[in-house]
Amino acid sequence: MTTTTTSTVPTAPAGAGEPLLQARGVIMRFGGLTAVRDVDLTVNAGEIVGLIGPNGAGKTTFFNCLTGLYVPTEGSVSYRGRILPPKPHLVTKAGIARTFQNIRLFSNMTVLENVMVGRHTRTREGLLSALIRGPRYHKAEARSRERAMELLEFTGLAAKAEHLARNLPYGEQRKLEIARALASEPGLLLLDEPTAGMNPQETRATEELVFAIRDQGIAVLVIEHDMRFIFNLSDRVAVLVQGQKLIEGTSEVVQSDERVIAAYLGEPIDTAPAAEATPPEAQAGTTDGTTAGTATGTADAGPDNALTADNALTADDTPTDGDADTPDDTADPDAGPSGQENDR
Amino acid sequence: MTDLPTTPLTAGPVLGSTDPFAPRKDPFLTLPPTAARALTLIGVVGTIVSTLMSWTYTSDFPGDLTVYGYPGGLQVLTLIAAILTGLLALGQFGVKGLRWTVPNRSANPVMILAVGTFATTWYTVLAIAVELGGLANLDPGGFVAAVASLILLVGTFALPLDRHPLEDHDAEYFELGNLGNLGIIRLGYRALREARLRHSTMPVPSPRGLPTAAQYLVIVVVAAAALKVLTYGLATGYTELFVGYLITVGFALWALSAAGLTRQFSQITTDHRPFAVTIGAIAAIAYPFAQNNEHWANLGVNILIFGTVALGLNIVVGLTGLLDLGYVAFLGVGAYAAALVSGSPYSIWSGTQFPFWAAALVGMGASLVFGVLIGAPTLRLRGDYLAIVTLGFGEIFRIAVNNLDGVSGPKVTNGPNGIAQIPDLSIFGYNLGDPHTVGSITLGRFANYYLLMLVITMIVVLVFTRAADSRIGRSWIAIREDETAATAMGINGFRVKLVAFALGASLAGLAGTVSAHVTYSVVPNPYQFSGSAPPNSAFLLAAVVLGGMGTVSGPVIGAALLYLVPEKLAFLQRYELLAFGITLVLIMRFRPEGLIPNRRRQLEFHEDEIPDTADAVPQQRPADGTGDVTAAGQAGA
Repeated sequence: MTTTTTSTVPTAPAGAGEPLLQARGVIMRFGGLTAVRDVDLTVNAGEIVGLIGPNGAGKTTFFNCLTGLYVPTEGSVSYRGRILPPKPHLVTKAGIARTFQNIRLFSNMTVLENVMVGRHTRTREGLLSALIRGPRYHKAEARSRERAMELLEFTGLAAKAEHLARNLPYGEQRKLEIARALASEPGLLLLDEPTAGMNPQETRATEELVFAIRDQGIAVLVIEHDMRFIFNLSDRVAVLVQGQKLIEGTSEVVQSDERVIAAYLGEPIDTAPAAEATPPEAQAGTTDGTTAGTATGTADAGPDNALTADNALTADDTPTDGDADTPDDTADPDAGPSGQENDR
Repeated sequence: MTDLPTTPLTAGPVLGSTDPFAPRKDPFLTLPPTAARALTLIGVVGTIVSTLMSWTYTSDFPGDLTVYGYPGGLQVLTLIAAILTGLLALGQFGVKGLRWTVPNRSANPVMILAVGTFATTWYTVLAIAVELGGLANLDPGGFVAAVASLILLVGTFALPLDRHPLEDHDAEYFELGNLGNLGIIRLGYRALREARLRHSTMPVPSPRGLPTAAQYLVIVVVAAAALKVLTYGLATGYTELFVGYLITVGFALWALSAAGLTRQFSQITTDHRPFAVTIGAIAAIAYPFAQNNEHWANLGVNILIFGTVALGLNIVVGLTGLLDLGYVAFLGVGAYAAALVSGSPYSIWSGTQFPFWAAALVGMGASLVFGVLIGAPTLRLRGDYLAIVTLGFGEIFRIAVNNLDGVSGPKVTNGPNGIAQIPDLSIFGYNLGDPHTVGSITLGRFANYYLLMLVITMIVVLVFTRAADSRIGRSWIAIREDETAATAMGINGFRVKLVAFALGASLAGLAGTVSAHVTYSVVPNPYQFSGSAPPNSAFLLAAVVLGGMGTVSGPVIGAALLYLVPEKLAFLQRYELLAFGITLVLIMRFRPEGLIPNRRRQLEFHEDEIPDTADAVPQQRPADGTGDVTAAGQAGA
């Protein structure tokens, strides 16, 4: 089925470095539902890779497979050439940190403490040394605190270090999640919709923050619905539709790909895809009546019409220019509920 | 975690109202201001005078209230409450030298204390009438007291009280459900909501302006007063006095916090933490000397044991957020382990008598092993499942111990008969069973154990605070807050939870070793899930929740209350569990953070005010302690 998908790696533009994260043939099934099917993805060192797709496409599920929250049914995920263990804390220890789509801060801890929790894997003081409080403990604790404050300076939250996380405004909570993830000194940072619910200014600030993180030598894999954000930001963009990778390439390539546009605007699916759960796309299609109407052409493009998804995605009609921007408007309102399911 | 019932939240911006957050000064009763003040002072004086009179003819009522010129029993409580009310009232009216008593200038504390005075007095008068059979048993003094305290109440009701803003007339109360359709209920509910006092957000001048010596002095004085109040409460000899004591102390504490004094004091103690801790420890050590009576010392030991175990449970429940319903089993394991190596003739190893330190290590070790054995399979479960499984293990312990009697199983614990005749501990050749004389004071057996237990409690407090404020403590709290996020931050959830579980278990085991010696014998019965007397798992959990999860003093205070109330209020007996249930429901509804709120929650509550006032009141506070109000006003503006 993935004849159309760009194969394993090297559409990556600038040879940014050796491959950091390699996901090969990741399949995630929940009973009869296949949420992620055979996805390959490579993130190279120093690269920002975007992951987009309509709601319910399996982006967050794929993220959870990468971070050990889910154990993929099939396929493997390796980081720096080593297969990742299927335990979230070991994945973090290996050097992959993440944020969550629906903010998951430790809300009754202070901002500083949140970041210090992020330092957990990079410190070793156990219960005994906490009880004895020798000089080494004090040194490690001071170092942790100092490092956490540096990160708060970096994200611009230093002034609020002693506030409770729950009392921060929304945008700063997102920043704090990033600071907390950075505290684990990752080589790769996974951001799950870092700008969801942000206003344009905050989105721009986040964009700059992500660039600054990349400049520190940390690769970033980011899920986002804000198209302008993702295309500005990413060196490469991968599109996930109905659990499969549709295309991967530079912003320009992806932006101009008809199938992506069709997938976002909602190509009516003629060969009844009963098994697939596609309500979000259907909704997106109906809300955007006119364009959906023009794209009704049902084409049996592929030689392999085994999969309904492919049929739906290979559209003949090219929607007019500028439509590429509309999808995120229609998609955004749905982001919340579906995301929460994904995040379990 | 639930939100605090913060004023801005509950007051809610009702549509259409002019300024939903406007503070309101409104008396319950409308009287001219001078009349209100006059009534208040008349009431205070009248109540004070009445306590010097006789309240009843006979000395049948406990405490002997028949003497003129000298207050006795409950009269003392009324007297103290009235004097405090008078002081706060004068301070609130702006009398120089007393202004510091009401730092936030609110009339609320005066009113609250007046209610306390009124309640204590009327409780006494009614108790006399009921117990002796009729109002005829009241002397004139009783009537004077009743009338004077009523005048006081009326007077303070007419003071300008700080209250929640008025509700909008069209406001709908969805929390009433279908009842909200009834006009009367809606009106009543609105009246109730409008009657609520509001003082917690009022600005309070920072006590940092006081000279350091004065701040130290404040700590010492407060510690001494607290010791006095506690010993008085522990030593109350009859139910009526204890009820009166609870009423008075409850309202007094409420009034002090309404006046903002509590907040100022906590500021001082945070600024001088080591000193405050030392003074607190000295006060605790002084208890058996101040209250030199074996019975009350026994009460003290048991409260300490109960409180220490509650503190251990607090690590598991309060910090890590694991609901453990079988925790008392670890106390039992420690007690049984210590009993077995105590040299008791009923122990299967009756010859072996370990020194205390070894016995304590054995008790801790046994509990630790059990903690790990129980924790390892169960801690992979979350939430309700864990609670159910721990509940099961707690009961398994009790039943197993009941059956290890040589008949149903191997002979280890003597079944229901338990291990009796546990000899007294001997530390450095100092037998805790014998009275010892320190200076002019003789410390009896229980006083000795009290001091030993106090050392253990301090160790546990140290362990708790150090563990809580460290890498491992932060990971516990992170797991409590959001386990998924915590594991995604690299925390090995299972391992960290197991450490918490094992630490909690071994602390309970440590307390258990002392408890075995204090009570002379260990039997399986107390180590059950719930019962009418502490310790049992339900009471332990209640102590933690009631006192305040995640705090040090909370569980200890909760434990003290839960131990004292059944002990002192014999008449509750059959209704005790019902009363506890109702109390817990009310606490959860109105003060979910417990009696002693966690620092984190306080932070959330006061973060906007305290820094402001601290900045605004650098040195304006006169050295003699008379509060400066204008500064507070500026800070609030």
